[in-house]
Amino acid sequence: MKLNKLRKISRRNALQLIAGFTGTAIFPSISFAESNQALNRINEITKGLGATESDIWLDLPEIAENGNQVKVSFEMDSPITESDYVKTVYILADGNPSPNVAKFSFTPEMGSCSATTRIRLSKTQNVYLLAENNNGQFLMTNTKVKVTIGGCGG
Amino acid sequence: MSKIKPRVKVPKEVSIDEIIEIKTLIRHPMHSGRMKDTDGQTIPRHIINSFSAKFNGKEIFQMDLEPSISTNPFIVFQYKAKESGKFDFEWIDDNGEIYSISKNMVVS
Repeated sequence: MKLNKLRKISRRNALQLIAGFTGTAIFPSISFAESNQALNRINEITKGLGATESDIWLDLPEIAENGNQVKVSFEMDSPITESDYVKTVYILADGNPSPNVAKFSFTPEMGSCSATTRIRLSKTQNVYLLAENNNGQFLMTNTKVKVTIGGCGG
Repeated sequence: MSKIKPRVKVPKEVSIDEIIEIKTLIRHPMHSGRMKDTDGQTIPRHIINSFSAKFNGKEIFQMDLEPSISTNPFIVFQYKAKESGKFDFEWIDDNGEIYSISKNMVVS
């Protein structure tokens, strides 16, 4: 009797089962194995110190229909005095051919640490903001952008 | 090739300590070095790689641009008006060409 029940798993079912198992086993390992170039770059810029996750206002569209022109705005909360101001802001992308997008150098004369520009995104990805103040402290934040049509050519 | 000309919007008259917004736009193809032309040939990289703003000769803002910046770079930033003077804006591209424009501002 037991043998009969076992045989009810047909060859087709067995193949499907195997395909299912291997599928779930292989794909997560691929997505985890992908190293994040933006985080690697952050590590490089901060010389391994890393950055503190912070609540920085980083504005990007949730869904970008055209990856050729994606508007990005940010504003840092900073006292902006000669002794305490944000010196540099980096915009980095983890899905573009290169992680570097832009580097802004601010001065205390500006009275505010905010800027807007338009960037290219080749696919759906995370955009990172890394800020360094004049005392060498790093802050970061990131946001995910869904891209319908990629904008890097090639 | 289209003529490259920068455009900048700065308020002409402002009150003291007012934080003003400066909008800049320059016509530039920003070839990333990855795009192909109609014959399938790769267009060599040709981008504006640096932008800077000076006020009365002192640099107040600088930006490094990478190939991930869109065609016709659009940059907006802010500045706290303290005194009347002149802004000098400068864009430099991969061929070493410099595009510049100046704007005056009166603080009352």
